[in-house]
Amino acid sequence: MTAPADVFAAVQSQFPAATARPTLDHTAINVPMGDAVAVLTTLRDTQAFDFLVDVTAVDWGVEATPRFSVVWHLLSTTTNNYVRVVAACVSDTEPVAPSISQLWAGANWHERETFDLLGIRFEGHPDLRRILMWDGYPHHPLRKDFPLAGIDTPLPDLEVGELTKATAAPAPMMGGPFVASVGEMNMTDAEPSAKDESWNERSNKPAAL
Amino acid sequence: MVSPNTELAYNSKIEGDLVVTRADAVINWIRANSMWPMPMGLACCAIELMASAASRFDIARFGAEVFRFSPRQSDVMIVSGTVTYKMAPHVRRIYDQMAEPKWVIAMGACASSGGMYRSYATLQGVDRIVPVDVYISGCPPRPEALLDALIKLQSKVQRSPGTTKNLLSA
Repeated sequence: MTAPADVFAAVQSQFPAATARPTLDHTAINVPMGDAVAVLTTLRDTQAFDFLVDVTAVDWGVEATPRFSVVWHLLSTTTNNYVRVVAACVSDTEPVAPSISQLWAGANWHERETFDLLGIRFEGHPDLRRILMWDGYPHHPLRKDFPLAGIDTPLPDLEVGELTKATAAPAPMMGGPFVASVGEMNMTDAEPSAKDESWNERSNKPAAL
Repeated sequence: MVSPNTELAYNSKIEGDLVVTRADAVINWIRANSMWPMPMGLACCAIELMASAASRFDIARFGAEVFRFSPRQSDVMIVSGTVTYKMAPHVRRIYDQMAEPKWVIAMGACASSGGMYRSYATLQGVDRIVPVDVYISGCPPRPEALLDALIKLQSKVQRSPGTTKNLLSA
């Protein structure tokens, strides 16, 4: 059994560039992108973190640099500890991270999802295709510069798009989304979400509003 | 000895009873009372759709119990669930493969309008890609609501004009 504090010490003794990451729950470690695979391999082989819980990424904002961080969550099924490993992508415009699908087969689809939604390219991935959006979709929807409503894009099937004249058009937000912090907005007053029905997807928002 | 048949009129004792009607009314009646659904179950509404087909709600009472998973054998597509943009072309292609006459029920908020999914990934109402005959509100609607929609669709079919003319001109 390794106590959570020892995990960070064990990693840092081997990888001096690793730093502790502020965390509210489990051990979290910042590592350079170049060390990521070696750190994860070490955690798996010497610290018994045998289970890959999640691979995801964070977009810190269009202005931020480094803009993208890739996050790996590991679980030890023997010691019941979690550890979070975070590495910042070097490039802000074409973020790249190494694939760990050779370490855990389950990383395959996690990485495809992260590629699909955030545009992180995982090098060495055996089959890096989109997994949720359709092939050929030009955007990465979870990036901060992508609007929740979406961007007008042709349907995946051009023939059907031509027949129906439908596109993947921006969804009508009708004054939403209602994202409220505590005390900022009374959610009871905010319902129903469509208060102003003078405009929608078919008739544009009046200029006076 | 063969006796000559002197009866020229219709003999209901021999031929059975006769009801006089219009071809439109008969064809519409036949169509309305055997609407085979194409279950387009895409989300949780499909659970209610299945419940409608099961014994408690028993959609068979309205002649629509024969769920066909082939569009070529079905009359009414019940779009029950969230239609994503990725799925939308497939819904349209399946609709195109259904034989005329065909109808569409948009079951639930998502199929009718996108529902709570005001997002980049969700088609904001299946009427963007296929013509819808009946919309059902609810998230998800109860099976009774689906049965009500089916009854409304049946009355629409029974009122549809020019059925025979369309058949003959087709």
